[in-house]
Amino acid sequence: MSANTIVLSEFPAASRPLPLRLHEWVTTVDHKRLGILYILFALVFLVLGGIEATIMRLQLIRPHNDLVSPQVFNRMFTMHGTTMIFFVIMPMVLGFANYLVPLMIGARDMAFPRLNAFSFWMTALGGLFLYFSFVGGNGLYGAGNAPDVGWFAYAPLTAKTFSVGHSTDFWTLSLFVSGVGSIGAGVNLIATILCMRCPGMTLGRMPLLAWMNLTMGSLIILAISPLSAAQLMLLVDRYLGGHFFDTQAGGSAVIWMHFFWVFGHPEVYILVLPAFAFASEIIPVFSRKAIFGYQAMVLATVAIGFISMSVWAHHMFTVGMSAGANTFFVLSTMAIAVPTGIKIFNWLATMWGGKIRFQTPMLFCSAFLFQFLIAGLTGIMQGAAPLDWQLTASYFVVAHFHYVIVGGILFATFGAFYYWFPKVSGKMYSEVLGKLHFWLFIIGFHLTFDFMHIPGILGMPRRIYTYEPGRGWDIWNLIVTIGVFFQAAGILAFAINLIRSYYRGKAAGNDPWDAWTLEWSTSSPPPVYNYAVIPSVRSRRPLWDLKHPEDPDWRYE
Amino acid sequence: MYCLIAAETAIFSIFVVAYLFYIGKSLTGPQPKDVLHAPIFYTVCLLSSSLTVHSAVRRMAAGKTAAFGRWWMLTILLGGTFLFGTAREWRHLIVDESLTIDTNLFGTTYYSLVGLHAFHVTMGLLALITVALFYFANRLRQEHAERLEVLSLYWHFVDAVWVVVFVVVYVIGV
Repeated sequence: MSANTIVLSEFPAASRPLPLRLHEWVTTVDHKRLGILYILFALVFLVLGGIEATIMRLQLIRPHNDLVSPQVFNRMFTMHGTTMIFFVIMPMVLGFANYLVPLMIGARDMAFPRLNAFSFWMTALGGLFLYFSFVGGNGLYGAGNAPDVGWFAYAPLTAKTFSVGHSTDFWTLSLFVSGVGSIGAGVNLIATILCMRCPGMTLGRMPLLAWMNLTMGSLIILAISPLSAAQLMLLVDRYLGGHFFDTQAGGSAVIWMHFFWVFGHPEVYILVLPAFAFASEIIPVFSRKAIFGYQAMVLATVAIGFISMSVWAHHMFTVGMSAGANTFFVLSTMAIAVPTGIKIFNWLATMWGGKIRFQTPMLFCSAFLFQFLIAGLTGIMQGAAPLDWQLTASYFVVAHFHYVIVGGILFATFGAFYYWFPKVSGKMYSEVLGKLHFWLFIIGFHLTFDFMHIPGILGMPRRIYTYEPGRGWDIWNLIVTIGVFFQAAGILAFAINLIRSYYRGKAAGNDPWDAWTLEWSTSSPPPVYNYAVIPSVRSRRPLWDLKHPEDPDWRYE
Repeated sequence: MYCLIAAETAIFSIFVVAYLFYIGKSLTGPQPKDVLHAPIFYTVCLLSSSLTVHSAVRRMAAGKTAAFGRWWMLTILLGGTFLFGTAREWRHLIVDESLTIDTNLFGTTYYSLVGLHAFHVTMGLLALITVALFYFANRLRQEHAERLEVLSLYWHFVDAVWVVVFVVVYVIGV
């Protein structure tokens, strides 16, 4: 098998006809190609989800606007949320994990290459299902419609009575199918990290990225499975006449909330741990210092993994749980701030006294630190049940979780794009366009999401398609919408940068950042087999040891 | 396989939680205590199949292929008997007691939980039968024992889940 692929790669790619090259991509089981497929898939859906967000913001730009109907608005926020969580950030972080983990631990591929391909194509099928609902939501009869039940699809909105046609079924199937893919990817990641490390790479010498993806994999297994189970129940309700969430027959709408959020909150950590992972690799390299407090980072990561399984009902303070339950979930929510705080201080301590190089990846990671801190602080505000009763389902909540997902996760992911682009493509990106992307995006981000907190505090509920003038919300909504254009311009600069640099960029060389982890020791882009000779390592920074034989790390660890 | 089992455990936990939560919440009959009879014989069949699959894999690891075949076929037989038991119970419930998945909450949760387990038994049986086909085609050798071990792990898991389902449905639930 491997001998066969090595021979193929000796032909220059351009000399083979296009159908053959496409066929290779479709049938590939190589972790690097699958990683790239995941990431490209996520970028396509990023544009789709972005268009949906733009439509919503244009509708809300002024009071009594009638750009879209209320029905379309409902579909837009449902599709935007579902797309961004399940088909942008998830495949994005899984793509990076797929590409980087085997390289970083000195392996030639994932533990189960074919399962890996299966997982990707299941995710792709899920995305297809979701968007097919635009055509087939009414069963291909006349114009279709998309799901409009909100991304957490509370019962009884999903019941057959209130959601006729097939749009909710497409939503359910889409999440179930892509969930199967994600579970496969989680299993694969754990098996790879536990079984495929190169000689000398003990768990204590593993790059932090591998540690955080190990925790992410475990969370996927424990959190996505309940979601899949809940989707099965919903399918039973909708197709077989079951009563799981049917209050008319004694069923419970609240139990759907529990099942959804028992997935939904760990999901946030599934998404954010890889972002932490990117920051933990990029910040040391651009500060020219080893990461501060490696053990504390690992412990904090695993602690976050555990605590995140016990905080879900802080999404449900207004449902009417008992005082005891409310108190428990307030306290566990506060508790998760501790390991997260440890991480933030560790990153700061890594930068402290370092020779910081503010190239694009580092810019994005610095912004990530700052914004993620604010996101965490507004999170603690809402983690206190009394304040949550005031702020729940308002634009304050929307601003908070966009601060986490855009300001935290997406910024770190953009950093990762620029950091590893030279490795993946073999070309250097344009620093000018990269900085342009950063500044446009950060201005747009803060215009949109800083000012979104204010109408929330003033009482503007989420998911309304329009509002009355004169409530003090008008100007803030205008500013929020203006920010969208800056963000879109930033994304455009990003896209141009990727495409242009891929074709015209300067050759990057193996190690453009003078970095320390194993992936920079192989060529850019890496060969199919990754390493001609499996490396063996003696410390957490194997390339430092190679470059500085007079003062290697392993003397101190 | 351990990871897959962890994921499957999470799925089953959700269904078990739903079952426990909805005990006694049905608005109309039939109620579990009127219609359910604990399938002791079939439970013994399924649980003993854990022992037989274990013996089979041990024989294979020791290179005793003929003995492996006997134990393996016995496992398939026991698993098949269990599935037959579930089918008979469902037939009784549907035809004699007219309890279906949309009758009441008990029906919904009962058929989903037991059905989910029966689905896993079916998957396991299909895998066991596939191995049996390889065995009869003389393609199975001693070095495959490790892979069989993985499959038997799954089979143990299916049995262990049945213990939980049995306790929940036939002991706590009635």
